[in-house]
Amino acid sequence: MDVRKTYKLFVNGEFVRSESGRAYRPDGGKVNVPRGSRKDLRDAVRAGRTAFPGWAARTAMNRGQILYRAAEMLDGRAAQFVELLGGGARSRRELDSAVETLVWYAGWTDKLQQVTGTVNPVAGPYFNFTIPEPMGIVGIIAPEDSPLTGLVRRLAPALCGGNVVVALAAESHPLAALTLAEVMATSDMPAGVVNILSGQRKELLPWLASHMDVNAIDAAGCSAGEIKAIEESAAGNVKRVIKIAEKEQSPYLIAAFMEMKTVWHPIGV
Amino acid sequence: MALTKKQSDALARQTFEYAPAPESIDHVKIQPRYGLFIGGKFVTAHSRKRFPTINPATEQKLAEVVEADEVDVDRAVKAASKAFDSWARLPAARRARYLFRISRLIQERSRELAVVETMDGGKPIKESRDVDIPLSAAHFFYYAGWADKLEWAFPNRKPHPLGVAGQVIPWNFPLLMLAWKIAPALAAGNTVVLKPAETTPLSAMVFAEICMQADLPPGVVNIVTGAGKTGSLVVSHPDVKKVAFTGSTDVGKLIQRAVAGTGKKLTLELGGKAANIVFEDAPLDQAVEGIVNGIYFNQGHVCCAGSRLLVQESIAEPLLEKLKRRLSTLRLGDPLDKNTDIGAINSRAQLEKIQGLVESGIEEGAELYQPECVLPERGFWFPPSLFTNVAQSFRIAREEIFGPVLSVLTFRTPDEAVAKANNTPYGLSAGVWTDKGSRILWMAEHMRAGVVWANTFNRFDPTSPFGGYKESGFGREGGVHGLLPYLELS
Repeated sequence: MDVRKTYKLFVNGEFVRSESGRAYRPDGGKVNVPRGSRKDLRDAVRAGRTAFPGWAARTAMNRGQILYRAAEMLDGRAAQFVELLGGGARSRRELDSAVETLVWYAGWTDKLQQVTGTVNPVAGPYFNFTIPEPMGIVGIIAPEDSPLTGLVRRLAPALCGGNVVVALAAESHPLAALTLAEVMATSDMPAGVVNILSGQRKELLPWLASHMDVNAIDAAGCSAGEIKAIEESAAGNVKRVIKIAEKEQSPYLIAAFMEMKTVWHPIGV
Repeated sequence: MALTKKQSDALARQTFEYAPAPESIDHVKIQPRYGLFIGGKFVTAHSRKRFPTINPATEQKLAEVVEADEVDVDRAVKAASKAFDSWARLPAARRARYLFRISRLIQERSRELAVVETMDGGKPIKESRDVDIPLSAAHFFYYAGWADKLEWAFPNRKPHPLGVAGQVIPWNFPLLMLAWKIAPALAAGNTVVLKPAETTPLSAMVFAEICMQADLPPGVVNIVTGAGKTGSLVVSHPDVKKVAFTGSTDVGKLIQRAVAGTGKKLTLELGGKAANIVFEDAPLDQAVEGIVNGIYFNQGHVCCAGSRLLVQESIAEPLLEKLKRRLSTLRLGDPLDKNTDIGAINSRAQLEKIQGLVESGIEEGAELYQPECVLPERGFWFPPSLFTNVAQSFRIAREEIFGPVLSVLTFRTPDEAVAKANNTPYGLSAGVWTDKGSRILWMAEHMRAGVVWANTFNRFDPTSPFGGYKESGFGREGGVHGLLPYLELS
């Protein structure tokens, strides 16, 4: 007889039950998954805000090392993830692709600034440069049809630039995302940098989109109706809503989670 | 021989009489009435409604413009849609040439434009002459050069224009904001419908003449005048693919809601409440000039104005003394006078808003300082003002006043300065004054703002990306980054 795992939310580096005490069974299966609440989401955002300055201040090289470590941890649990994803060649491909994505973005942390930053030749005696900086807290909604890779494809670029993340696991297949939390927890990722909630999307999405301390929402995994609702709520604090296609893998996607900061200083005075 | 304090105070109080030095206006022809600029010419509007645009320094009517209605806006968008295909397909080098031409025409008509800008908006002629107009021309010149080089801007991607851009701009830098909107849009191959601010439509009307003079193909630029209603018609028109707005955060939020779910690409450049931070090792005289430029430039009608002065406690007293003395030398009056430092407040509504916020500051317990300053009898005026004893919770420390009103706060450590600077939903700009290089870089890194001026303030350049963090909006204008909001990459 096997020892079954209790699936939990991942908030502030800890595995917790929903404060609401609620659970649901995806796919009518036997596994109970916590049904996260508005208050769980609030806790996740609070943890993210606390973790943000430290994560953003890590050197780019250090963030790269940690993302690469996450790839190592994920690859090390390949068999477990393949099983969670349903087994077979397709699941194996999904897992490989998630690992590959983490490795790819791990290598971008210390290159993004060189590719997207500029030194600007202003018409006057000033040194002027523009660099990308992380936005802050990014809300990510994992797509239902690609519960692991779909999530990692957005998580990795957001983290790469120094953002922290509050992610909603795919409602119908949350186990891969909740297990990915275990990968994050063992990758030297500081507590609160990645927070993963399971639950009902229609319950959590409006709270995420309207939360005044969330800076951006990645809506790649959302329907047209959801995007409209997200964009309306986002206006409350001028959130950025990122709609770049789900499969995009590029520095442009990292940059979509970044602000550009321009600094001026006089020369010669 | 050094002056005693008494002598230097007496000197500071002394008022110098300046002979009037008004810019001549006889070379400027303002039409009594303007139509809408649609399809390459001024057309008679469908809307029967007109409104006057006045000189805020004299309250005299300068001209009448149309309040464009739904039919007019639709007509403008249709003209822009029709022009889009051929404009986007035009060899890029030809697009560049039109933009270069426009830039040159702005330079050639710079004096006229400066006078129109000052008469319609109230800003000092030396600012419109030395800042607004040259920067507008430079902006077109910069983006003209990008038009046929877009392939080099975004590695591994192919850039495509979006279609018709609907653009709504504010009244504080009318022609410059027009340039910030139209130049990158056209360079990227889009066509535009632009709505200038209701109180400052005239330089856009001169710009329409420039488009004709440049033989710009009809419909590439369309300009519809009006107030908020017209603006909302522009941004919500279904054939507009791109919306760009500069203005208040409140209106920006309305626009973000209005375009939700439409797939329109959006950039917002909204309000600010910038901290200008002075450390004890800063060169104080330079800092004072920077503070003055930061908040009293353009009567404080600047979204990135340094409206919160954060002074290190140890130098608060001498700095404030110098600052107050400097305020007493600012010359307020006729915006057309070449010696004027502070012109007219843009409108009665804005004046009332400033007055209301200043009253709230007094009520909440802040201490108001205004130099002796005679305000002209007609027109809208507000003296340069500063508040001390300001708590972070006061409205004058939180809300954008958009007027010549400075709130002074103090701090002890760099950490405290950063915490106070970032304690706002805005994040457009920030300033820091110190002689210590490592501190400049540390401060620049920690301030959550899109533009950081170190040992300077309120500098602008077409190559320098500008835009906000948080509720100051998103998207950048200027530089290579300013192209992205007008392109789709495939």
